[in-house]
Amino acid sequence: MKIPTIKGYRRENGRVGIRNHVIILPVDDISNAACEAVANNIKGTLALPHAYGRLQFGEDLDLFFRTMIGTGANPNVAAVVVIGIEPGWTQRIVDGIAKTGKPVAGFSIERFGDITTIANASRKALEYVQWASELERETCKFNELYISVKCGESDTTTGLSSCPTVGNVMDKAIAMGGTASFGETSELTGGEHIVRAKAANEKVAQQFDAIFKDYQDMIMQEKTDDLSESQPTKGNIRGGLTTIEEKALGNIEKLGKKTKFVGCLKPAEAPSKKGFWFMDTSSAAAEAVTLWAASGAVVHLFPTGQGNIIGNPIEPVIKLSGNPITCSTMGEHIDLDVSAILRGEMTVDEAGDELIEMIIRTANGRLTAAEALGHREFVLTKLYRSA
Amino acid sequence: MIEFLMHVEKDTVGVAVVDIKAGTQVSGRTLHGNAKPKLKALVDIPLGHKIAMQDFKPGDTVIKYGEDIGKVVAPIKKGDHVHVHNVKTKRW
Repeated sequence: MKIPTIKGYRRENGRVGIRNHVIILPVDDISNAACEAVANNIKGTLALPHAYGRLQFGEDLDLFFRTMIGTGANPNVAAVVVIGIEPGWTQRIVDGIAKTGKPVAGFSIERFGDITTIANASRKALEYVQWASELERETCKFNELYISVKCGESDTTTGLSSCPTVGNVMDKAIAMGGTASFGETSELTGGEHIVRAKAANEKVAQQFDAIFKDYQDMIMQEKTDDLSESQPTKGNIRGGLTTIEEKALGNIEKLGKKTKFVGCLKPAEAPSKKGFWFMDTSSAAAEAVTLWAASGAVVHLFPTGQGNIIGNPIEPVIKLSGNPITCSTMGEHIDLDVSAILRGEMTVDEAGDELIEMIIRTANGRLTAAEALGHREFVLTKLYRSA
Repeated sequence: MIEFLMHVEKDTVGVAVVDIKAGTQVSGRTLHGNAKPKLKALVDIPLGHKIAMQDFKPGDTVIKYGEDIGKVVAPIKKGDHVHVHNVKTKRW
């Protein structure tokens, strides 16, 4: 099989990125203001404000650190300035990112105040952004891109067209020796037997069973009704989806026809080898894509029916839709229109080839609709209340 | 020109790929398979919404993708609109 090439950034650890961000990463909610001030001072840098990072504990704290360190470590990021309220957790994140070999520096606010911290961090950010601006793209292989997949505001057209298109690309990308990940644990409900049958071996299938059951138990414990309007969402229902089972069966069309998954990942956990991976994620778009970006994914494929407009600050989100109403009324959000499948004028295989072409163009530098429109949703997954 | 699509031949609902008007004769096809079903739409069915390929009574199972997508909770006639008013999840 011929493997296409792309022009990417090869990082210090050999991983391939397709963007060259210098990010200003807050450790905690109260350091957002300093990070945004630095990003305002130094053009071409990007602050990633978020809502958490204080008094978390246990598995929730582990997930927090995995997300922060993974975001900085993502190959789409050239260099990182970390700012936290105190030096301990700030340094822990700096040390985690430094293992990639990329430039990273930490600043803490206590005993300096915002103004001095912003001045010091701005000088470092200036140094990093000028260094990064001279990095050059080089020829890399398509199968070096770690791809994540998740749909949103799905409707019946996603199960007929855009999700099977992504499934076709998964079959082709994994056959090329690539790496990819799917997830949305709750949104496999009704099709979990089909997903289970795609596990590479019984051990992986049992890991999937345990993760799926754990999420179902949480829903059964917390639910106050049948979740209609939450899962499926009000938008899904407007688009014609009636039950979670129907939504899930459309969703898992993204898994392709031939591909087996080789393992299960915790939220934001990086794959340890090539192949197709299941990640335990929420089905909420911004939360899930943030987890995949933190696991190192460099490009996301996002089928939508009714028109979910999500983006991510560091991982470009390529949107495709087969709904002709969405493609005509909100076309500025759609990178690839596959509505011809519904008219019988395009096969899923042809649509898959067009999507691969769009991935290559995006990898080479084309801004996605979400990037051009400024969608930078960075949303941390919180497992339970803080202490 | 088709008005609806089905995933597989054993599906008991189709998906409107255009806005279907009440009383019109509509034809469809399956994505996987050779069936070319025709029937009369009893009510308006918006693009993306489901049309019943058969009569259902409460307690029946609706099949799409060849799989169980939920239970019927109100009588449905062939050609009716199938949605949250007459079908519910079996899971939550």
